Amino acid sequence: MSNNLPALHIVLPLLAAPISALMPRIRWSWWITLIATWSSFIISLLLLTEVMTTGEEIRYTMGGWAPPFGIEYRVDVLSGFVLTVVSGMAAIMLPYARLSVEQEISHNKIPLFYSAFLLCLAGLLGIVITNDAFNIYVFLEISSLATYTLIGMGRDKKALSSAFNYLILGTIGATFILIGIGLLYMMTGTLNIDGLAQHIANIDQAQPRPILAAFAFITVGVFLKIALFPLHMWLPNAYTYSPSFIAAFLAATATKVGIYLLLRFFFMLFGYEFSFETMPVAEMLMVLSALAIIIGSLNAIFQYKVRKVLAFSSLAQIGYIILGISMANLYGLTAGIVHIANHAVTKGALFLAMGAITYQLGNSTLIEFRGIGKRMPWTTLAFVIAGLSLIGVPLTAGFISKWYLVLALMEKQAWIMLAIVIIGSLLALIYVWRLVEIAYFYEPVEEGSHKEAPLSLLIPLWVLVLITIFFGINTDYTVGFAEQAAKVLLGIVT
Amino acid sequence: MNTLFILALLIPLIAALTTILFKNIPSLRESLAIIAGVCLFSVVLSLTQIYLQADGETLPSFVLVEIMPNLPLAFSIEPIGLIFALVASFLWPITTLYAIGYMRGNKEENQARFFTCFALAITAAMGIALSDNLFTLFTFYEFMTIVTYPLVVHTGSEEARKSGRVYLGILMVTSIGFQLVAIIWTWYLTDTITFREEGVFTIIGHAPSMWMMGILLALFMYGIGKAALMPFHRWLPAAMVAPTPVSALLHAVAVVKAGVFSVVKIIVYIFGVEHLQSLIATDWIAGGWLAYIAGISILLASAVALRQDNLKKRLAYSTISQLSYITMATAILAPLSLLGAVLHIAAHAVGKITLFFAAGSIYTAAHKKKVSELDGIGRVMPWTMGAFSLGALSMIGIPPTIGFVSKWYMLTGAIAAEHIFAVSVIVISTLLNASYFLPIIYAAFFKPLPEPVTHGEAPKTIVIALTITAAGTILLFFGTNYLLELTSSLYFLQPE
Repeated sequence: MSNNLPALHIVLPLLAAPISALMPRIRWSWWITLIATWSSFIISLLLLTEVMTTGEEIRYTMGGWAPPFGIEYRVDVLSGFVLTVVSGMAAIMLPYARLSVEQEISHNKIPLFYSAFLLCLAGLLGIVITNDAFNIYVFLEISSLATYTLIGMGRDKKALSSAFNYLILGTIGATFILIGIGLLYMMTGTLNIDGLAQHIANIDQAQPRPILAAFAFITVGVFLKIALFPLHMWLPNAYTYSPSFIAAFLAATATKVGIYLLLRFFFMLFGYEFSFETMPVAEMLMVLSALAIIIGSLNAIFQYKVRKVLAFSSLAQIGYIILGISMANLYGLTAGIVHIANHAVTKGALFLAMGAITYQLGNSTLIEFRGIGKRMPWTTLAFVIAGLSLIGVPLTAGFISKWYLVLALMEKQAWIMLAIVIIGSLLALIYVWRLVEIAYFYEPVEEGSHKEAPLSLLIPLWVLVLITIFFGINTDYTVGFAEQAAKVLLGIVT
Repeated sequence: MNTLFILALLIPLIAALTTILFKNIPSLRESLAIIAGVCLFSVVLSLTQIYLQADGETLPSFVLVEIMPNLPLAFSIEPIGLIFALVASFLWPITTLYAIGYMRGNKEENQARFFTCFALAITAAMGIALSDNLFTLFTFYEFMTIVTYPLVVHTGSEEARKSGRVYLGILMVTSIGFQLVAIIWTWYLTDTITFREEGVFTIIGHAPSMWMMGILLALFMYGIGKAALMPFHRWLPAAMVAPTPVSALLHAVAVVKAGVFSVVKIIVYIFGVEHLQSLIATDWIAGGWLAYIAGISILLASAVALRQDNLKKRLAYSTISQLSYITMATAILAPLSLLGAVLHIAAHAVGKITLFFAAGSIYTAAHKKKVSELDGIGRVMPWTMGAFSLGALSMIGIPPTIGFVSKWYMLTGAIAAEHIFAVSVIVISTLLNASYFLPIIYAAFFKPLPEPVTHGEAPKTIVIALTITAAGTILLFFGTNYLLELTSSLYFLQPE
């Protein structure tokens, strides 16, 4: 049983998806989804603990077929960490989903909704756990198709056009990745990532064109998936018009998986030398991340819909992660990887707060925000604390990421980028505080007896807020794992 | 002793909680707050006692939680912090007493939120005063900015919101933009940010570049927006839109003193007095400029204060100038001027809080805000204006008030260091101080009332509070020895 954990991790949500779709009652669908998600989460914890205690990565061959013929699953510190973040966020948010989804989705579609959610989760986890390049593409498509469906289920009319928009761009991205993988297969004859890495390391000197082309295709494809500026156009609308629960889940996990792919391709497949010395990746990432930070934050300041504020802030936060990665040193990678978790909990909490406000007031624009501090004190307080983490105030998760990022920039003596990071957090101060001021010091537009959100929405929200604070005080789990993963990526043996 | 550290942080926190719990029972929540204040003061007194009994030996620091490797939230006691903590905890219950009269007298809304944030601000002050490293200091520094923001925007009017933006904007931009960078830079250079008696930068010896040290010092000094060094002073006058008890305790004592306290602490324990002296001797750019910047800030702020008709605004600009005294006296780096700077933290606190108390008292009883409206008011409000006069004398530096003592040390230090600029700044600004305070006293007592008035003194709690602080300026003058005993073990005062 315990040997098959890596497979179960993916198979459980994958199998639960059709079962959930067939359930006659919507509550049953929810229960099945809950059980599958939590089992997945527990398995990811078991896997991560095993990797950390034994210090060795777990390899699992599907159906007993050894690579290069079979598909191999592989759990190391980095993938274990990302698996835990993704399935953990799903597990924490699912209790929240019940009420929110019942309100926002028409009841006959709810079983299908949960089914699509499970497929999305299985796809995201699959991307992370598999060690096979083509398999990555398969899981990418599973999760993407499910995501388009989920976004399209939003109440707003614009949900459909946002989903379509994402469908077009997402498909282009996925196709690019597929072309890249195809080129690699053509040149090497293998799809196993370790095998690919060996071949590429051997033919590195010659630098054949197809490898360079593959690198370019894959890089651009992944950029589209993580919505790195200027390939971000699909993200703001997708986050704004999708159902509340989906917005929170995607904001916390989807782009993070993309970032994991980037790390995987750059450091493990193509290798550090090829990516950062042969190809000018560092400079490119640095410039793009700087633009993402500044343009994302500036856009966030001028939005009327609060979810759009958060979406544009996500663009900026992705910029921080990419900036950390671009430095390709220990501090930088640690900062980038730790921010995957820190930003997931922070942004997850913020979107859940938006969901709670939407649940009570029907929408979450600046109008609903007026005087919300008195009407929904707990939700608003949660929003403020998570917002402080976005700015990077000490004792919140965001501060830890910023600390390592600034340290890395000092080590590289990248003073301009340092200034951009600081300006980015000051812009975050503006867009967060604008909302705080409206929430506490403006009178509501219409009088009404609006009350605090129900507990099943508040508890997951506050769990995430408390984790945000916990990660700001105790860094054993976040920085500890991230540093370990960064060492693995850089090949530093401890 | 560790329990005392925890208590010092916990007592105001509990007071904040009880205020929320009993938000509908004003008398209970407020008496609890006063009791908490008295408890806190005795806790700080016991810490002081422990320090004095240790007789110069280093006491262990208390690690609350280690956040990153070598980067804990940790607390320890040393004389400068103790003086700050003593002042803040002593004035907290008195201000609460005052605030009860003021808030009820002016029928302010949201009183529970007010008293909660007030107590939280004291937690922050305690954290700053007892901090053992820059990280702890920064954490509580930011916490203080955030919890005092609702106090500034208290009324929720458009003007208040605007001031709130200026307040939070300047304090956070400077702290995140400059101070945090400086802290991480320090950590990057030295691998530690724990305060050390001889300074942290002694670890790297003679710094790689004097320009770098100068930039670091500038990042720290301008990064501490709460010290209101020009041109980052605008938040202080903006904060005057808050109810007067806030201006009195926070914007004359806790917040601004947290600022100058950080200035002193960073120069003494991070840069190191002797170390910085030797750096400046090599190259002026490493820090010699600071005294001049602060001196200009003193004179400019005093000149602006002279032209303010709004009493609270005049006091605010006077505060900016007085804070820069402390910065300048620290920047001179002479042992005696440093001692003067430390004493001035206490001296300015009791003096300025008295002045603000008086301003609030006038507003409550007579609804007057302007200096030009105060003719003859001393006859109807003798206690208030009497206290005001004492506070003003202390600001100018006339014996027998504590303001004289601190100014004396600062001046002696400046003379000993042969810092002609600083000496002349102190002399000129004393004249300016006199010229913006003495006319108020003269008008209040010797000019006739323009029209007959119906009001008398302010509510009793207000009068009691301002009498205590006014008496404090004199008591401290005679109790200077106690403060000197406390500071006698400061590293920079030790003979070679």
